[in-house]
Amino acid sequence: MRYIRPHSMEDAVGQLAGSPGTAAILAGGSDLLVRMKGGFIEPDLIVDIKSIDGLGEIRETADGFSIGAAVSCALMGESAALKREWPGVVEAAKLIGSKQVQGRCTIVGNLCNASPAADSVPALVAAGARALIIGPGGRRTVAVEAVPTGPGKTSLAKGEIIEAILLDRRAPRSGDAYLRFIPRTEMDIAVVSAGVKLTLDEQGVVKSARVALGAVAPTVLLVEEAAEALIGRKLDEAALERLAKVCSGTCRPIDDKRGTVEFRRKVAGVLAGRAATTAYARAGGK
Amino acid sequence: MAGVAVSTTINGDNVEYLCQPDETLLDVLRDRLGLTGAKEGCGTGDCGACSIILDDRLVCSCLVLGAEAEGRRVETIEGMAHGDRLHPLQQKFLEHAALQCGVCTPGFLIAAKDLLAKNPDPTEEEIRFGLAGNLCRCTGYDKIVRAVQDAASVMKGA
Repeated sequence: MRYIRPHSMEDAVGQLAGSPGTAAILAGGSDLLVRMKGGFIEPDLIVDIKSIDGLGEIRETADGFSIGAAVSCALMGESAALKREWPGVVEAAKLIGSKQVQGRCTIVGNLCNASPAADSVPALVAAGARALIIGPGGRRTVAVEAVPTGPGKTSLAKGEIIEAILLDRRAPRSGDAYLRFIPRTEMDIAVVSAGVKLTLDEQGVVKSARVALGAVAPTVLLVEEAAEALIGRKLDEAALERLAKVCSGTCRPIDDKRGTVEFRRKVAGVLAGRAATTAYARAGGK
Repeated sequence: MAGVAVSTTINGDNVEYLCQPDETLLDVLRDRLGLTGAKEGCGTGDCGACSIILDDRLVCSCLVLGAEAEGRRVETIEGMAHGDRLHPLQQKFLEHAALQCGVCTPGFLIAAKDLLAKNPDPTEEEIRFGLAGNLCRCTGYDKIVRAVQDAASVMKGA
């Protein structure tokens, strides 16, 4: 096993692409070290990306935000601008683990760990976030929902690294929110989760919507029918009922020790409605 | 496996060590440097017994590689008292009997120190949330919370 700490993205990509055995990217390490300890993975090469220039920064650009792959969730919670524009994304990131884990864990790691229950992913999908990927073939940008392909699996090719998560500037009269259900108050894995982003017109009618559900399918679901249930209407009781019905019907959950299929279906609808209500209020809807 | 040479700062002292690439900072502290204050409870970042402060961030040292400490600033429980003079948190943990077996205590003290550094006047709820990453199976937490509240008021008056 080798541990390296490259100072440039190009070097990191070259080392990953040229590694003959299994290679692992280390940012916060809150998933990687646990997997190594459990014997689930024994990488031949560990590439610590935290010394790469700019990767530990949240950059505000004219278009929005670029959150570097080494930005801890604790740092996201300290960014007043990010919290103001994307409160749902920050709330989701801040739900991952304890204070100790917050100091290390990253949203890129959360995305690449590819757990169906990852807290930050539904919020990012709802927000329309994109992943900026660098690899041996150069840079490309994909929608966040295109990264995880199943539990523990991603669409990233050998040598590719997600450099940053890109968020647009929040459009006028828009708001986002994320909620999850866990059986305790802190530090647990989502049994069901929902992220919602809404944009309203001047009358408070929903102009566009994105609804994402977590922990109810092998990957986070972007539920287009749920968005359609809201578009063109105010967020009244009838709209919320339709939203809940569509969400409950779309999810494909499993039975496990944390929740049954029936329970998850029901809660998916409830959480989507509550997240939509918060997002609506944040967008200025009444 | 080739060893990794690391140069870091621990409790204000420059420290150099060699470690294996997959060796955690917790194992380096305990087994190579003799700093056995940080404990291994779970080894998976759930219990907080191995809490340290790394560049002003509270982290679980079981989830940090020894190699990652290169060029960084590490604070452990061993740096909390000044000689024989206990930190107010340590003093109040004793006065309130906020420990029984003591395995979780170094982690609680470090986490509480980090909490009060960022929020000198926390509410009870903020203390309970702030220390939610530290597990204690003896005290039921009430005495710990009271000790932190008392230490906070002493430190504000200082």
